[in-house]
Amino acid sequence: METTNLTGNRIKQYLAEGKRFDGRGADEFRNIIIDAGIAKNADGSARVRIGKTEVLVGVKMDVGVPYPDSKDKGTMMVTTELLPLSSPRFESGPPKFPSIELARVIDRGIRESKFIEFDKLCIVEGEKVWTVFIDIYTINDDGNLMDAAGIGAIAALKNAKMPKYDEKEGKVLFGELTKNPLPLKKDITIPITIHKIGKNFLVDPTREEEDLSETRVTIGSNSKGIISSMQKAEIEPLTIKEFESVLELSEKVSKDIIKKVEGSFK
Amino acid sequence: MTERKIVIPGEVIAEGEDYLPGEGTEKTDKGIVAMRFGLAEKSGKLVKVISLSGVYQPRRGNVVIGKVENITINGWFLDIGYSDNAFLSLNEIPRYVNKDGLDEVMDIGDMAIAKIWAINKRGVDLSLKSRGLGKIDEGIIVEINSNKVPRVIGKEGSMVNLIKDKTGCNITVGQNGVIWIKGDSIEKELLAKEAVMFVTEKSFISGLTEEITKWFEERKK
Repeated sequence: METTNLTGNRIKQYLAEGKRFDGRGADEFRNIIIDAGIAKNADGSARVRIGKTEVLVGVKMDVGVPYPDSKDKGTMMVTTELLPLSSPRFESGPPKFPSIELARVIDRGIRESKFIEFDKLCIVEGEKVWTVFIDIYTINDDGNLMDAAGIGAIAALKNAKMPKYDEKEGKVLFGELTKNPLPLKKDITIPITIHKIGKNFLVDPTREEEDLSETRVTIGSNSKGIISSMQKAEIEPLTIKEFESVLELSEKVSKDIIKKVEGSFK
Repeated sequence: MTERKIVIPGEVIAEGEDYLPGEGTEKTDKGIVAMRFGLAEKSGKLVKVISLSGVYQPRRGNVVIGKVENITINGWFLDIGYSDNAFLSLNEIPRYVNKDGLDEVMDIGDMAIAKIWAINKRGVDLSLKSRGLGKIDEGIIVEINSNKVPRVIGKEGSMVNLIKDKTGCNITVGQNGVIWIKGDSIEKELLAKEAVMFVTEKSFISGLTEEITKWFEERKK
């Protein structure tokens, strides 16, 4: 059942006092746990838990043909599967709007931040390049899948090793990995989603809070505060003044989260 | 106390002709087979399964809390967490209602406490003709697994009364696993919600009433 109007009113009343149901502040995340390298058959993988929200991300690489407009660059593909296991609201079948949006936001966040060094993924110019597949699976949905998937994708890429490639045969030796990591930039970019409920802005909503969200903005930025991607959803508009506070909040929160994520790499 | 055993659907509980199939079981050539996951119990000749999971199974006389999903010309459709629609007819409202203004009494999204007075092929029929039933004005709604409702209520309401006493909240537990909590302040309501969640998480422990008393004392500190 979706959050009822009754509970919704109570959440709004409480937020007006600056409090949340689970005792967090508006700019606080739930506890983030990142486990990297949990899948044996993937080139790189990570499990991210934010509170009760849980997401699995796998990275697999294959050799493919480059796009004609970027002959010396590797390619990337992000797919999301919102498993019916994770929430009674998700149905199996062809991907629907939420899963397509999630994949595209994550895709844009990684692509536009130039996190993967695509020019190093070229094998034969115009003929063969590496393709990076990032697959996101939701295990449990308790709100804020977007940020969990974003963190998971970064952690899984960081965990990934290049597979072995037989140049004579022109084949990828699946299951055999080299010790070389995927060529990545040092700076990581993480999406932070800001929700507007009533007159309040908050991060990392639970399922109950996410149902009440009037507007949501996902901002991908790095530790220096450079914004590389953005996505605004839901119908409610934001004024210029409101948007300034959104940017301020995202900058403040993202620095903390980036530190936490970087801490998990060691 | 009768012996209880955990069974899964398809498991044979009793063989031969000595036993009769009860709730959650079915008679096949192999014997009496469990249809649900739960605790199998033999009392006298009767074999039944007390289910531990699964969706809510409505029964006549159950008090449930539902959400108004649709309004028709002669009543409301409520979502009570069951596969079939639950219909609340205009005739089952204990006061005069203008037929043109059904949404003024209860609009879509509103919550109501109702009693099941009939279950038939069409679905479930609800009634508001009893004390303590009607639309809910304010408070918070907590959803739990309907199989844990007996534990939240406790023996003769001991558990729910204890939580009411300690938090000063008014609590109504619907048999479908929807719980309505209303108190003077949101803090008290949240404490009551946490207590309910604690009970559902620890529902397998014996001596749960003492456990929850201890929990309240720790929370006070």
